[in-house]
Amino acid sequence: MKEIKVELIDVVKEFPLQRGETTPVRAVNSLDLNIYDGEFFALLGPSGCGKTTTLRLIAGFEQPTSGQILIDGKPMQGIPSFYRPVNTVFQDYALFPHMSVLQNVMFGLQMDKVARKEAEKRAIEALEMVRLPNALNRKPRELSGGQQQRVALARAIVKRPKVLLLDEPLGALDLKLRREMQFELKTMQQDLGITFIFVTHDQEEALTMANRIGVMNNGDLLQVGRPEEIYETPATRFVADFIGETNFLTGKITSYDAEYGRIRLDNDTTITATLGDDNITIDQVVSVAIRPEKMTIAPYTDAPAPHSDLNSITGQVVQVVYIGTDTRYAVRIDKDTVVDIRVQNRANANGVSFKERDSVSLQWDKRSARILTQ
Amino acid sequence: MGNQVISRTTIGGTVEPQQAIRGGLVLRSVGKVALTATPLFAYFFLWAPILLLVLFSFNDSRSVSSWGGFTLRWYENIFAGTMGGEARFATSLMLNALGNTLLVALVSTLIATVIGTMVALSLARAPLPGKKLIDSLLYLPVVIPEITQGVSLAIFFGLVFSFIESQTGVRATPGFGSIIIGHVVFNISYVAIVVAARLANMNPRLEEAARDLGANRFQTFLRITLPLILPGVISGALLALTLSMDDLVVTFFNAGVGTTTLPMFVHGLIKTSVTPEVNALSTLMLLFSTLIVGLSLILQNRNTDRPIAR
Repeated sequence: MKEIKVELIDVVKEFPLQRGETTPVRAVNSLDLNIYDGEFFALLGPSGCGKTTTLRLIAGFEQPTSGQILIDGKPMQGIPSFYRPVNTVFQDYALFPHMSVLQNVMFGLQMDKVARKEAEKRAIEALEMVRLPNALNRKPRELSGGQQQRVALARAIVKRPKVLLLDEPLGALDLKLRREMQFELKTMQQDLGITFIFVTHDQEEALTMANRIGVMNNGDLLQVGRPEEIYETPATRFVADFIGETNFLTGKITSYDAEYGRIRLDNDTTITATLGDDNITIDQVVSVAIRPEKMTIAPYTDAPAPHSDLNSITGQVVQVVYIGTDTRYAVRIDKDTVVDIRVQNRANANGVSFKERDSVSLQWDKRSARILTQ
Repeated sequence: MGNQVISRTTIGGTVEPQQAIRGGLVLRSVGKVALTATPLFAYFFLWAPILLLVLFSFNDSRSVSSWGGFTLRWYENIFAGTMGGEARFATSLMLNALGNTLLVALVSTLIATVIGTMVALSLARAPLPGKKLIDSLLYLPVVIPEITQGVSLAIFFGLVFSFIESQTGVRATPGFGSIIIGHVVFNISYVAIVVAARLANMNPRLEEAARDLGANRFQTFLRITLPLILPGVISGALLALTLSMDDLVVTFFNAGVGTTTLPMFVHGLIKTSVTPEVNALSTLMLLFSTLIVGLSLILQNRNTDRPIAR
């Protein structure tokens, strides 16, 4: 295993009481996290979940209420941000408006007392790396949002930090530019070999760019894992819901073994799903999470599923939406539950299509459904 | 539904509403005239006396009520040594007063600018309890009547001086020291308010970015904060300079022997009557102040830290 670059041990950050609040706000709650050398790590969560605070704790802009942060094995307590081997790309870029592009990028090197000639050479190299070599003497306000973003990036990587912190750096860019920058950032991270910690609320961004993702909500780190782990085996209902699209079916546990549980749904159908949690009891009310693309849709049949690994459930189509690559069906399975199914529009899949009010049968493998208790 | 709306307007819209509209139109045109006229009057009363003063400083007649043609002789008189044979006036006295004014204004501006900027910075950055109250206390000297400020400072200095005398036996008297301190007191507020406005427009992330890139607090202030608030600091200083140069009341209550400033000098001249030379002198002072305030305004608006395009 690679060496640990950033280590957070039981980190808590509470903000002092503001007017109108009765309990102190816990922005970060007992966070334990290891980030490894050369990793592209994404902290993912909705706004206000504590991801930016976590980043600011690592950068040294905030001090933890309790707990420890280690960078390269060294405790960071009491070490001000200007001595930490990390650099930050800010959400609003925070470029110095009174300095030219070159001066902005050179600033960090000058603070390190790098000779002027050398600093200029390295700054120009960094700007070439972010593909913005022709704007050296322009002021930040004369640049487009995308160009400003590149300057902010060059300014942060020019010092070759051990860890680069990125706070929603692509948030202000339009979709096309964002896609482009996602790719470039990923390539740059691989070329430089710097550890990236990337804060985002965009799950797609996290999935496409990161080696590992940490999902946060309400100050808690809910799950850490590779993108496919997070997507395929979410640990909580929140994670399943926040990353990608998920159908939740509620029901009661009727039996279980080491791997699978059987659940009787509200409409009396019984299905099988993998256990997402070890602490499970008979008759416990649970959610079963199934991704829309894991289900198949077929004409109505009341015959049992063709083999024991398949779950089958019947319902009625209430909506059909054609979205080019896929067709999405909304199917009502009981009076409270409508599930979404996503079917890829393949050339050879003609013949089977459904319209509203059709009775249908939905099937999915028991391994692609997951029992979640919280 | 659309039909209903149309028929209602055709039935009800023929007679009554039109009368109402006509009445409304009359009211509205009266309002329009009033709205145009009021600012004209306001500007007239603001500027007419000043324009008259400037005009009569070029009037070739001692009378202040009739125009006798254009002349520059009052300006010549000011610099001629004496003023139309007036014994109380001597150019040397006036230049001396001007020197005093500049001394007081420059020193008090320098001190007030440094302190005022520090006040603005600490109010903007330090998380103080009761910040709102402290902020509004800063505005108080702007609101307090100048006469109150002058008298209270005079009483304060009286107490301080007698305390110093009782402790050390040295007899202190009002003079440049007391005037300068008095001016610093009211100028701090003005400088702090102008600098605070500038600071409020500054992105706090900029300072974080500087520290993130390895700048300590002092380097951050020197390389980032100060350059960005400098236009505010300078314009605050220029404002303080004009306020100090024009001040009569605070100066009057805290002056000593030989510390006559230009406004005090002019005030002394008009004790008997307003002479054209006073008009001329006042016009020169007006010109100077206007230049400085103009410069201050230009600096306040130039180079503002415009939000970065998204």
